[in-house]
Order: sequence, then C-alpha cells, then structure tokens
Amino acid sequence: MDVGLISYGAYVPTYRLDRKVIAAAWARNPISGERTVANNDEDSITMAVEATRNCLRNATVPGSNIDGLYFASTTAPYAEKMSAVLISTALDMRRDIATADFAQSLRAGSGALRMALDTVRSGSAKKMLVAATDCRLGYPKSDQEQDFGDGSAALLVGSGKENLIATYEGGFSLSNEMMDVWRNPEDRYVKTWENRFIITEGYARLLEQAVSGLMKQCNLKKEDVRKIILPSPDSRSYRQVAQKLGFDLKTQVQDPLMQNVGFCGTAQPLLLLSSALEEANPGDLILVASYGDGADAMLFKATDKVSVRGQVSSIKKMLDDKIMITSYSRFLSYKGILEALPGEPFKLFPSASVTWREQNSIFRLHGSRCKSCGSVIYPVQRICEQCYSKDNYEEVRLAELKGNVFTFTRDSLAGRSDDPIICQTIVELENGMRFYGLMTDCELEKVDVGMPVELVFRRIYEGAGFHNYFWKCRPSKKGE
Amino acid sequence: MGSIKDKVAIIGMGCSRFGERWDKGLEDLCIESAYEAYEDAGIGPKDIEACWVGTLTAPSGGIGATAVAQALKLKNIPIIRNENWCTSGHVALLEASMAVASGAYDVVMAIGVEKLKDTGFPGLGTGRGMSPVLEARRTAPGSFGLIAKRYFKTYGLSDADGKETMAKIVVKSHANGSLSPRAHFRNKVTLEQVINAPYIAWPLGLFDCCGNSDGSACAIITRADLAKKFRTDPIYLKGFGMSMDSGLPHLRPDFDWINFEALMTSSRKAYEMAGISNPREEIDIAEVHDCFSITELAIYENFGFSPRGKAKEDIDAGFFTLQGGLPVNTDGGLKCFGHPVGASGLRMTYEVYKQLQQKVDVPERQVKNARRGLSHTFGGPPQMSCVAIFGNEKG
Repeated sequence: MDVGLISYGAYVPTYRLDRKVIAAAWARNPISGERTVANNDEDSITMAVEATRNCLRNATVPGSNIDGLYFASTTAPYAEKMSAVLISTALDMRRDIATADFAQSLRAGSGALRMALDTVRSGSAKKMLVAATDCRLGYPKSDQEQDFGDGSAALLVGSGKENLIATYEGGFSLSNEMMDVWRNPEDRYVKTWENRFIITEGYARLLEQAVSGLMKQCNLKKEDVRKIILPSPDSRSYRQVAQKLGFDLKTQVQDPLMQNVGFCGTAQPLLLLSSALEEANPGDLILVASYGDGADAMLFKATDKVSVRGQVSSIKKMLDDKIMITSYSRFLSYKGILEALPGEPFKLFPSASVTWREQNSIFRLHGSRCKSCGSVIYPVQRICEQCYSKDNYEEVRLAELKGNVFTFTRDSLAGRSDDPIICQTIVELENGMRFYGLMTDCELEKVDVGMPVELVFRRIYEGAGFHNYFWKCRPSKKGE
Repeated sequence: MGSIKDKVAIIGMGCSRFGERWDKGLEDLCIESAYEAYEDAGIGPKDIEACWVGTLTAPSGGIGATAVAQALKLKNIPIIRNENWCTSGHVALLEASMAVASGAYDVVMAIGVEKLKDTGFPGLGTGRGMSPVLEARRTAPGSFGLIAKRYFKTYGLSDADGKETMAKIVVKSHANGSLSPRAHFRNKVTLEQVINAPYIAWPLGLFDCCGNSDGSACAIITRADLAKKFRTDPIYLKGFGMSMDSGLPHLRPDFDWINFEALMTSSRKAYEMAGISNPREEIDIAEVHDCFSITELAIYENFGFSPRGKAKEDIDAGFFTLQGGLPVNTDGGLKCFGHPVGASGLRMTYEVYKQLQQKVDVPERQVKNARRGLSHTFGGPPQMSCVAIFGNEKG
C-alpha cells in the first residue's frame, strides 16, 4: 500500500525580530537575518492549531474526516496533560480518534511523522495529522537566542497514490546517547555542551550516518535526490554535512530558513519538508533528515498531485507577511522573561468545570442555528433569541468563516505592559453571525471598519493555575 | 401595564461628597447621605420601615445588605440589596417606590453606595459579563468605545468630527461640574484639552471617560398622599421604565451598536407612564448615564431628545447646556462626579430633586422653572437601563 502525504501546512508567527536588535542589546556581533517571535498569546498548542488548519485548508479536508493527531514539541504548555487533545478539539475533530504527544527530543517531530506513516500503513487509521511546534529559549546573550525561531508545521498522512502529493519511500533511524543539548525539568533555557563537540561528534556525524544509511537502503545515488533537508541549529553547521555527503549546496540543499525564521527545534524538519513540497515538481525525490539524540532520515517522492497542491496558505506568503518587533525588551516580555506589569485584575475567574461544560463554544467555536426560524447566534444558546423555541438548534462552527470588522476600539485599559493597547473588535462573519473578541497580530493604526479578518485560536490569559484558550480575530493573511 | 404615576413621592434626599475619599469608609459614606436625607425629610432612623440598597462592589462575598444595616443601625426591618451594574441605585429607588405604592410601607429608604477606591486599581477591572473566558479582557471603556466608531461610520462623521462632537459634551459637563460643590472634578476644560488628552479606548480619550470615585446618595420615599405631612415641596414619581436586554445584544446579527433596545424600551415606558409624548419639549432637565461621552450622545438619540443622526446639530447649537432647550447633566454628570456604581442613580435623582424644588446649592446651576426631570442609568456591557421621571406637582 502506498502511504505518504496528502498535504502540508506551516505556520510562522507574524512577529519577527532583526537579530541586530538582540546583538545591540548585548554589544556583540549580530548573526545575520531575522528570527520569528511568537506573540504573547501564542504557544506550542496555538501555533500547532494554525499549522494544522493551514494543512487541512490546503487539503480541503474537514477536521471531522481525520482519524487521529500526533503532536510533537519540546515546549508543550503542560508537563502533564496531552496537547494533541486540545489541538484536535480546536480543529473540531471527532472524539473517536487516536491522539498522542511526542516530546522531549528535537527528533520528536520526525518520530511522530514516522509513527503516523506506520499507523496508516498498518490500517488502523485512514488519515492522520501530524503537527510539530517549538518555541525554545536560548540564554540571553547566547547564540541560540538569535538562532532560534518559533514555528510549527503539520502534515496530513494518508494512503492511496491518487490522494497523495508525495509517497513515502523509506526511512532510516539511528539512536545515539550523548549530552549535547538538553533541559532539566526546572530549566527555562536550552543547555549545551561545548559547540565543537556537539556538532562534530553529534549533529554532523549522526546526520551523515543516517543519510548515508537511508541512501544505501534505497539504492540512491546523490544525484537522484532533488532536495535534501538538513535542519540546522545555526546558519553554518548544515553546510559541512552537505559538503561531506557531496550534495550541491546551491541546487540540492533546501534553504534551512535560518535567515528569515530561525531554528524551530522539533518542528524544523516538518517545516522544511513543507517548504520543499511547496516548490517540488512531480517525480522529485526529497530526503528529509532530522537530528536529536540520534538521527532520522526519510525519503519522499512527489507525485503528479504535488503541482495542483492547494497553496491556500503558502509558506512564502507567510514569510512575507510580517510585523517587525523593534525592541529587545518587547521580545523579552513576549517570551515571559520580563514579567509584565499585571494591569487591572481580572474580575472573572476561570473554572475548569465551566470551560469543560462550554468547550463546544469556547474551543470548537460553535454557535447555534435555530431549526425553527434559522437565526444564528454565538455562543450556543438553548432558547432562540428570535422565536423562543427551546432546545431546537444545531451547532455551527464559526472558526473557518471569514469576516469584516464591524466596529472596534483600541483599548489601553485592557492592555498590560507587554501589550499596552488591545484592539477590541466586533466582527461580522460571512454568514451574518457576530464575533466579539480581541484582535491579535495587528498594526493598531491600520485597523478600520470593514477590514477583512479571520479567526485564530490563542491563549487568552492565565488563571486558576491553568492556561485559558479562546479565539481572537486577526487581519486576514495576504493573498487569501 | 399598570402605573404608579403620582402614587409615591420623595420627601428627603442626601448626597455625599464624591471623590477619592481615602479617609472615609463605606459606612461613613452611607452615614453622610442618609443623615442629610433624614434631616431633609424631617425624620430619623426609627421612622424607616424598609430599605433598598444598590451596590456593586460593597464588600462582596455574601454579606447581603449588612454593611448598610451596620452603618445606619437599621435593625429588624427588611433591607434588600440589589446589583444590576450601573443601574443598581435606580433599581433600589424604583423597587422602594413600588413597595410604597403597594401599600406595604409608608416610609422607606433607598440608598446607593460604592467604595471603589479601596480596590487598589483605578478602573472597574477587566473582565465584564458572564463568561470568564469569552469576555476575559473586556473593560468598560472598551465596551463603549465600540459604540463611538460605529456611530461615526454610520452617520458619516470623520474621526476628527466625531471626536470634536464628543468633546463638546465633555466641555459642557465640566462647565456644569465647576458649579457643583460635591463633584469629584470641578475644573472647566477646553475643547483642545479634551481632544488632545491621552486615549483610554480610542476614540475615547481620558476626558471622554468618567472617573472612579467613592460616593453615596439616599432617598426617603413615602406615599404621595402622605408627602405633604413631611414637607411642602415633595417630588412625585411620574413614571419609570426598567429594561434588561438579554446578555447578547452585541452578538445579534442585526445589532447596529447605535440603537439600544434597553434604552429605547425603558424611556418609552417611562414616557408612557408619565404621559409624555414629546420628551424634547416636555422634559426640563435630564440626568443621563454619561459614563463616556459617546454614551451621552447615543442616549440623546435613543431617548428622542435629538432625531437620529442629528445629535451633533443639537450639541453644536448648545441645546443641552444649562442655557439650552434641554439641559442635560446639570451637575456635571458622571463625568464630574465619577461613577461609584451603585450610588450614581440616586446621585442623579438628587440633582433632579433639587432642580425641581428650585433648591440647587449654587444658583448659577439652577434651571429656571424646571417642572419635569428625568434621571437615568445604563449598565452592563451595556444592556440594562433604568429611567425615572419626576415632577414637582401632581397631575
């Protein structure tokens, strides 16, 4: 049975930071380029929701059609609690699905992908979503602080050549015990051993071995490979691997996105694979490698379908659609390193039981449509506002609807020092429903009545000892 | 619907000084307003047969109305506390009026009080409404700021024109407030000051927003037929309207953010009971809920003081100033008194009461020959509105 990829989707945050800004703060030489920075309402879960939604849009498959979700991250919001379940809920997936989190290694993303391919091959699921996100922190002033980026990528795995944009041709894995990159439970920042040791004996050696192993297993010559993907912890190390293996840097090696994204940890192999698929032609062989406590190498072959791919949310367009952060202190506060002035206290306290009871409205963003008179309202209401019919409604998902700003205000009182002005927005959705919420990822001065917006899943605030998620609107991404 | 027109009268009122009363507690504020009201009515605490209390924050956490009972030593009588956002003071007043009209009591008290300055933050707090998640970051200025931009858009005002129109309301209210000894803010402001002030929730600037203050106001109410036993110039309740919209007007597909059903319904019911057909002509003075300048503007139109979309013309013409055709917020309004939530409805009614008695403390503020007055509060995200209309004689 052919198994492989039905679609891909990526997500990089709208905010970017020129590495010069970080370097200037520490009076050191900058690493060239810019890095992505998750907004302060983004985390590994919300970015995964963005990437998986892009993936499903590109596939034009609804979430309800998917049989499971594997999520990989080394920066999941909870040490104990499955993230894949919340992501699947925000995607409005069914509840009779397989979910699992892969964690604690930069190889968790490629591991989840291999597992999903095996799950589909085994026949226990027809379609599996795989998402990987990271938003790791390098120590202030370290190279990693500049090299790291925040991002997410998702792949939809399925079977049957007629459905696939790329078939899975084989995989090779090596495990390798060494202390090169790690975090203890109490650590906020990534720890490393001496760089020369970890690159020479770890990263470079293992990637060379895994790629060579796969090529041997698949009887590949290096000129057969159209693109090799070598995620790189910095902007140099991948070059020495490519050169050692004999691949042409200019034509055969996929851009590792270090100039405009940065190293997104366990998400990077999937992000670069998505990027390669976006540019691939039918028949192209794409070799994706992944490093972390060993190495994985996987081979995909683009099908005829690759050229008719959706491209609803293209990575190229996403990279161009950005807002620059101009201050290092803003970056630190978005990362939670500088504590924000708390601002006014919240008068309403979250409750786990309320959120559980209302999860269809809060996480799935369901409103209700009255079966008697057809009127729609958000959130779900048992009694119709218009005709008073009781318990006679069907739930309607709003999240995929586009909308326009009906009215707005730039609220300084709701803001905190990390986000001093918040745009409160009333959105008129394309089916006439209204959404009342906050606007995120926006340039405040550009907000106006009539502006096109879309709905995104975000972290709203902390309270009661857990993270509270809900939807916001944001200016529609360019070209959509 | 029934009517209690001319069935009850206010025979005494009190109003504390409003402001940052750091050295006074909730009990002190209650004592200030209640003892002025006793003296005004010529009665004492033992004459009170029942009491209605309006308060939002007064020690919350299940203490009922004991704070007021404790302050005033009102013992062994019913004391009923209500919380209906900004309308709590009006609800206390109107429920007390209905109890008297029913014949159950002869002399009752309605008191509103709020000690906002003990909360440790300058606003009313973020998080409004009912859902801890869905409404997490909402603030009062944010909720009302949404009205402003929609109003500008609907009636083709540029942001600058809209801003200036709102600013004129503020300048008017501060001019009135400068004549109010009990107000929190007693400074006059210029149009430039208002327009150039920092934004709180764009387009609402600092001066478009009312302050946060401590305060209390109190009314003594009796049956209309008993009123003249207490004083020669009682003020009669002519009509009222109370309207609570569902929690979701802002989510209705056809809600335009300019026409508020609660405002329209409550004013219509009050006019009907009071026998008013043309409020612009028949009301002599109004105290309306100016929590933000845009709220006052929207109320002009929702209450029929100005035709739809024409409030700007009336504002430009000075129609709502002390010298205009319908003076609004003659004491400076929430703008100058600040908004100790539960106290405001009764504080506004205090001004109407004094105006109708021709007993305003500063003569320049007195509206000559005022016979009909209206007080109003509008609360929530917003959706609850209370209107009360008073007259200085029966009929």
